[in-house]
Amino acid sequence: MASRNISVSETSRPKLPRHAKLKFDETRQVWVILAPERVLAPDEIAVEVLHLCDGVRSVAQMVDQLAEKYAAPREAILTDVVAMLQDLADKGFLTEARESTA
Amino acid sequence: MTDTLAGNKTTSQGPRDGLAVLEGARSAAETYGIPLAVLLEVTHRCPLQCPYCSNPVELDRGSTELTTEEWKKVLSELAELGVLQVHFSGGEPTARKDIVELVQHASDVGLYSNLITSAVLLTKDKLSALADAGLSHVQISFQGNEPNVADRVAGLKDAHKKKLEVAKWTRELDMPLTVNAVMHRQNLHQLPDIIQMAVDLDADRLEVANVQYYGWALKNRAALMPTIAQIEETSRIVEDAQVRLKGTLAIDYVVPDYYALRPKKCMGGWGRQFFNISPAGKVLPCHAAESITGLEFESVRSNHSIAWIWQNSEAFNRYRGTGWMPEPCKSCEFREVDYGGCRCQAFALTGDAGNTDPACALSPRHEEIFKQAEQESAGTQNRFLYRNFAGGTLETDEHQARRPDDANGA
Repeated sequence: MASRNISVSETSRPKLPRHAKLKFDETRQVWVILAPERVLAPDEIAVEVLHLCDGVRSVAQMVDQLAEKYAAPREAILTDVVAMLQDLADKGFLTEARESTA
Repeated sequence: MTDTLAGNKTTSQGPRDGLAVLEGARSAAETYGIPLAVLLEVTHRCPLQCPYCSNPVELDRGSTELTTEEWKKVLSELAELGVLQVHFSGGEPTARKDIVELVQHASDVGLYSNLITSAVLLTKDKLSALADAGLSHVQISFQGNEPNVADRVAGLKDAHKKKLEVAKWTRELDMPLTVNAVMHRQNLHQLPDIIQMAVDLDADRLEVANVQYYGWALKNRAALMPTIAQIEETSRIVEDAQVRLKGTLAIDYVVPDYYALRPKKCMGGWGRQFFNISPAGKVLPCHAAESITGLEFESVRSNHSIAWIWQNSEAFNRYRGTGWMPEPCKSCEFREVDYGGCRCQAFALTGDAGNTDPACALSPRHEEIFKQAEQESAGTQNRFLYRNFAGGTLETDEHQARRPDDANGA
């Protein structure tokens, strides 16, 4: 249960929970996140970040990747990404990969 | 179930209008969009007999139900139409032998699927097969937090025990779980324990849904209507739990609209973003719509596509938007907030579906109906009329006598 109540930081390895599905809606031509009784329309940037949320990559790795791709300051990207992911987590649209016991 | 569809509730968490989220740019003149979610009542058969069942009083017999192939065709058509989510509901959806096949087909055509179940017919193997078929989410109804109250309301012995077991399996299979608790005068005293039960079951969501009074529930109103004091206490408990359990358990709260000042935005607006398909294949603006006499509903067995029915059928167009509205709705600043409330409730309580929903404080009938409900809530009539295909069966004295003393919410 604790994995649901997450605080997003650089070391988090977030992923979409099983009940949340990210998909491109061909009819409306928008990306959507589907969850029980709920629908979200993430913007382009959120979609790009969400595609990186595989439960393996850390937030730090994502930010490195985005900073390189957009040749933008890492700190600014980190702030934006953490805020966006925390907002999704608070709404129940993001979880964290359970700690590996290996 | 079905007091639970997103647009069919008055929630304390603010509006989540899917249509506005996805098609916000649409002209305000549009009275409907591409439908987002569809409630599939695949059967009306159910081992439970809850006195507030949201199914119509006239139930569809098993022999009239759509076949497997017909439901599959429906699912394919819905995906093509742009529907994103389907709720497999009933009756008890797992009473259909082909439920796994239907869920698999929903997955194959890209639909997000939700199972709204009483859980009592599920085995672990069946639940596992549903998970493998791509089921996205499980919602289990609970009638209380312990068997004395819960099994009495459900009208089925050992139902509660079985529900707890299936909820546990759901989480073992790593499927997300919503606990749906339908609340009324005779179980509201258990709410704190029900919230704790949802936490203990590791549910993701809890719906605290006060009974909505049409169909079976209207027949049982005197036995179910909560007192105002109960509702005030309930709101306090829910609001406290929402804060305390943030991030652990999401709680949606549906107030009984008799005690609200504004009516609920029923179905998110008639024929605006949701619809329902009955066991026999009728395409309905909501699950209770067949209670409105004088409206003709098209069937998926007709020559029309579901898309055509959504766009053109007389029943959908009749109460779309604001053009049909009488006063006080017509000039009301909230007319596009609540769309005049619930058409079925307006019909049941005033005899005309085209009237303002009496749940609204601005309705000329509000005072009278509210007073009646308040009187009923203070009454001692606790006997249920159980839901079944025979038009209902009154609870026996013997059953009543076995009730614990606090069953009336004291």
